[in-house]
Amino acid sequence: MNPKDVLITFPELLIWFPLLSGLVAFFLAKGDSAKKWAVVSSFITVAIVAASFFFTDKNYLHFNNVSYVWMPSIGSSFALMYDGMGRMLCLLTALAFPLAFLATYNTRYIKSNNFYGLMLLSQAGLMGVFCAMDALVFYFFWELAIIPIYFLASRWGGEKRIQATFKFFVYTFAASLLLLIGIIIVYLHTPDGSFSIHSFLKATLPPGQEKFVFWLFFAAFAVKMPLFPFHTWQPDTYEQSAAPVTMILSGVMVKMGVFALIRWLIPVLPYATGAFTNIVIGLAVAGMVYASCIAWVQDDLKRLVAYASIVHVGLMCAAVFARNQSGTEGVMLQMFNHGINIIGLWIVVELIEKQFGTRKISELGGIASVSPALTVFLVIIALANIALPLTNAFVGEFLMFNGLFQYGVWTTAIALTTIILSAVYTLTMVQKVFYGNTNSITASGAGMLKGSAVAALTVVAIIILLLGVYPQLLTSLTKDTVNVFMSRLTGM
Amino acid sequence: MSKLVYLVPLFPLIGFLINGLARKSLSKSLTAIIGSGVILVSFIISVILFLDVRSGHTGIVKLFDFVAIGSLEIPFAFQVDQLSSIFLLIITGVGFLIHVYSTAYMHEESPAHYARYFSYLNLFVFSMLLLVLGANYLIMFIGWEGVGLCSYLLIGYWFKNTDFNNAAKKAFIMNRVGDFGFLLAVFWMIQQFGSLSFGEIFGKAAGMEMNDTALVGITLLLFLGAAGKSAQIPLYTWLPDAMAGPTPVSALIHAATMVTAGIYMIARSNILYTLAPTTQGVVAVIGLATAIFAATIALKQNDIKKVLAYSTVSQLGYMFLGLGVGAYTGAVFHVMTHAFFKALLFLGAGSVIHAMHHEQDIRKMGGLKKHLPTTHWTFLVACIAIAGIPPFSGFFSKDEILAAAFSVNKIYWIIGVLGAVMTAFYMFRLYGTAFLGKFRGEPDQERHLHESPKAMTWPLVVLAVLSAVAGFAGIPAVLGGTHHLADFLSPVFAGSVALQHTPHLDHSTEYMLMGISAGVSALAILYAVSRFSKKPDLQDAAGLGKVLENKWYVDELYDTVVVKPLRNISVFLNSVVEKLGIDGIVNGVGKLVNYGGRQLRLLQNGQVGAYILMMVVAALVLFIIQLFVL
Amino acid sequence: MTINHYIFLSVALFCIGIIGVLTRRNVIIIFMCVELMLNAVNLLLVAFSKMHNLAASAFDAATKAGTDAQLFVFFIMVVAAAEVSVGLAIIVMMYRNTHSTDVNFLNRLKH
Repeated sequence: MNPKDVLITFPELLIWFPLLSGLVAFFLAKGDSAKKWAVVSSFITVAIVAASFFFTDKNYLHFNNVSYVWMPSIGSSFALMYDGMGRMLCLLTALAFPLAFLATYNTRYIKSNNFYGLMLLSQAGLMGVFCAMDALVFYFFWELAIIPIYFLASRWGGEKRIQATFKFFVYTFAASLLLLIGIIIVYLHTPDGSFSIHSFLKATLPPGQEKFVFWLFFAAFAVKMPLFPFHTWQPDTYEQSAAPVTMILSGVMVKMGVFALIRWLIPVLPYATGAFTNIVIGLAVAGMVYASCIAWVQDDLKRLVAYASIVHVGLMCAAVFARNQSGTEGVMLQMFNHGINIIGLWIVVELIEKQFGTRKISELGGIASVSPALTVFLVIIALANIALPLTNAFVGEFLMFNGLFQYGVWTTAIALTTIILSAVYTLTMVQKVFYGNTNSITASGAGMLKGSAVAALTVVAIIILLLGVYPQLLTSLTKDTVNVFMSRLTGM
Repeated sequence: MSKLVYLVPLFPLIGFLINGLARKSLSKSLTAIIGSGVILVSFIISVILFLDVRSGHTGIVKLFDFVAIGSLEIPFAFQVDQLSSIFLLIITGVGFLIHVYSTAYMHEESPAHYARYFSYLNLFVFSMLLLVLGANYLIMFIGWEGVGLCSYLLIGYWFKNTDFNNAAKKAFIMNRVGDFGFLLAVFWMIQQFGSLSFGEIFGKAAGMEMNDTALVGITLLLFLGAAGKSAQIPLYTWLPDAMAGPTPVSALIHAATMVTAGIYMIARSNILYTLAPTTQGVVAVIGLATAIFAATIALKQNDIKKVLAYSTVSQLGYMFLGLGVGAYTGAVFHVMTHAFFKALLFLGAGSVIHAMHHEQDIRKMGGLKKHLPTTHWTFLVACIAIAGIPPFSGFFSKDEILAAAFSVNKIYWIIGVLGAVMTAFYMFRLYGTAFLGKFRGEPDQERHLHESPKAMTWPLVVLAVLSAVAGFAGIPAVLGGTHHLADFLSPVFAGSVALQHTPHLDHSTEYMLMGISAGVSALAILYAVSRFSKKPDLQDAAGLGKVLENKWYVDELYDTVVVKPLRNISVFLNSVVEKLGIDGIVNGVGKLVNYGGRQLRLLQNGQVGAYILMMVVAALVLFIIQLFVL
Repeated sequence: MTINHYIFLSVALFCIGIIGVLTRRNVIIIFMCVELMLNAVNLLLVAFSKMHNLAASAFDAATKAGTDAQLFVFFIMVVAAAEVSVGLAIIVMMYRNTHSTDVNFLNRLKH
């Protein structure tokens, strides 16, 4: 087929479709219509991503690459590419939204048209981030993904949501500005004065400036991941936001940071990366142990999950900076799997909170007696969270630790203690919330698991087991990106 | 033929899925048939495989690529050879008997929980089979973690009881400490050998020097993993607590199969250990220390299952001693005989507990001999077997280990025999107190005493026969027999045997060693039976006895030295570093801006003249800078 | 006449304007002083424009160099006119409210 005959490419479709359907959703003020619209739209997005998997071959390049003239005067074009990593993260984004919508289908949000509209806008932004091949386009979508979250977090959520959103806003906005400054500095040093990633890769910065830009970029991405010690917005925001927002924030947005490290930071600034590897890995590993300890003493389920997430992201960051094939492949796997697992955890937490009106671990107990099905799901997800073999997280963590081992033995030993600590806090939580005898709060839980939440949890459980047994499904997908990444590093 | 090996773990997996997914709709009898049936099928296939291996057909069966990253390829592959086929037989054979036993033992459970129980048990067998069949360390690790998970689920099977849940959690976490070592060893092996498959690693290792740093490191870390799974010092404390699970579970997981995974792993990696004598020394010393230490605790326990649990820890110690002194065949032999007699002991204890309506304190038993005849006879056989009295199975396997220990270091042998004497003593203390003498429980209990149903006694009888005769698989040359097991396993251990130069014991020494260990054990038995059948110690112990009864206070020690400080540090991190430190800085920035704004606001006094004055002054300052500074 | 004369005159007018703005409290006088400052600048612009043009026409009689400054003057005059009309309206409103043209009564902006 002639490239000119292609009506629209996949990355475009994945951005414009949620964007338009999000805009439409704003006008569907009547009853549940916005909710239904959002669910249908998110399913169509999944279908689009699924269809795109039939066109991965090199022959279909014109389906996956696109570049428009956007702002020629400053050398920016609207360039999108749909490579292995982008494909995988788009799949995650596409899956995360219907899961989030289904799991909370029984919840009524006030002004639901605005709620779902903003959610879909955010989805469009995320897709754009994962496909962008131009620094300005990347920055544009980065903001498009986050700005709806400010509104979502500040209008729908817990009592202290304004405070939490404010903190979130201060952190992420500062991060975005640093990112913009960094992008401009690199832009000024590109040989052809362009924002395209290819020009960025060719940019040569003086060593001093490169180091400076490294910290600008790194701070921006570290806040997003979030990495210790940039993380304190996360527990508060997760705790206060509405469940679907939290799911998207932790399941997908967190991956923006890791993704950006792989695509925009390390290949663009290889020398500075080399110079600061020790510091970054040190931070990441210290953060893993630190967050594990803190997760252990949390009494709030949401905060526990939030800290658990910091542990996993810390490992991803360390493995990325170890810069070898095993670690990078592990990160690819884990980006997807962590998203699925944490969404599963949030679904369970949301069900518990809706049913019993509390998230306090000390107030719950004995749910296994009243809802065995929920317990089965939770145990599967919890085991995935502690990376038991044959759950999806295992191979990812295995490869990441293996990659880290090639960087440093003692670092790996310290980081590996978190597999013990994660078992401690996860099993303590499972025991206190699900096992034991029921109390006055939890006695009423019979039949708490029903309808759309079962469907969502079943999907999560199937993905966990499928990818646990056959991880090649994902590794074969992202192989091209990893090879490009590795050849870039070794070619230096 | 070995192509069919995947069927062996497949059937238990199918059983798990059926029982697990359809647990609400299956009747109890159907659950029992499915649960035990799949294991029987696995057993039959295992027997066929075993015969096939005997006729020399070994090999590796690759199912699919599990991980393939660059040069690192880890296939999902099974290894069919002598060692794994022996373990297959033990796992599926003993496993089948215990499944059958469970059908009766768990009959009080509701259908859904009954199905849950069998699904866990099937899942366990599946994981255990993966562990022994894996053709590389990663597949082995999958099974390794899988059995840990099943152990967790089954210890906490009665999930309403907080103590049981704590025991389950403790088991899992202790195992994770071991896994920490296992994983580090795996990463190290990837770095050192670039592969995880047994064949490739052992081939490359054979060309390395003795006591190479990497080899010592890898083997020590692997041993940490083995110590976690097989309950050795310092990670043994979970096993006695694991007795919280249903008794058949204790028999299957915490006596016969899972806890021997560590021994299997080291026997599998025998060439690495033979090349690292330093590690071997550590393994032998830890094994011996565990053997004797656990035996002292078992002397004073009054819970029937706790005695057996410490006895298991102690026997595992012997197996590690065997591995440490290079007697790999002896260790595997002991795994096999131990699986028979220890499973039998636990199932017998289960039968007693069943008859006593969940009473486990031996001080409240006594005189059970006449009420539970089958249980009594089979239990006695097991006691004799574990005490090492010829010609019962325990004698041969333990003797092989002790003889090897003697040839390496005579002190090992002396301590080993001391432990064997204690074993004989506490087993017959248990036997005498529970089965002989007069019944000391409630009269109401006595009236209800009954022999267990057939489904429970038949497995006891089968295991009793095996416990009695299994020793003949490995009669030492000195007694004029052939060591069938050693011959069978010789291809697996050939590499190590070629490297070892243990002095051969002459016949008279060997007769003497056997005579001494069997003789002192017999004396200990006579003393224990005569003492405890008449006058069991019913009072709480004092002095050293109290220390032993409280297990040397090791649990308390761990609690104060490890758990509590860690918890306190975590609380400190959460409330001080996180809330005041990091959050304080972030909120401090916000507060600073707020404060600064409030102070600067005072400049805005509303006087237009003042504003203009400021403007003019500012313009003048800029002028001056422009003119004179730049 | 050299450019210096114009500059001195403009600076003097400008300073008078500034001092008037700073020291007087009557809004109308402040207003007039602002106009004075604007016109001082206008004067300077015109002067520079003329001088520039004269210097340039020595080489090229048809040059238009420097003439654009006069364009600015027109802009400023238009803006000043607009400002006067708006300003006077404000002053009238102010007088209606406070019966005074003293700026110190106008410090309510800070609240």
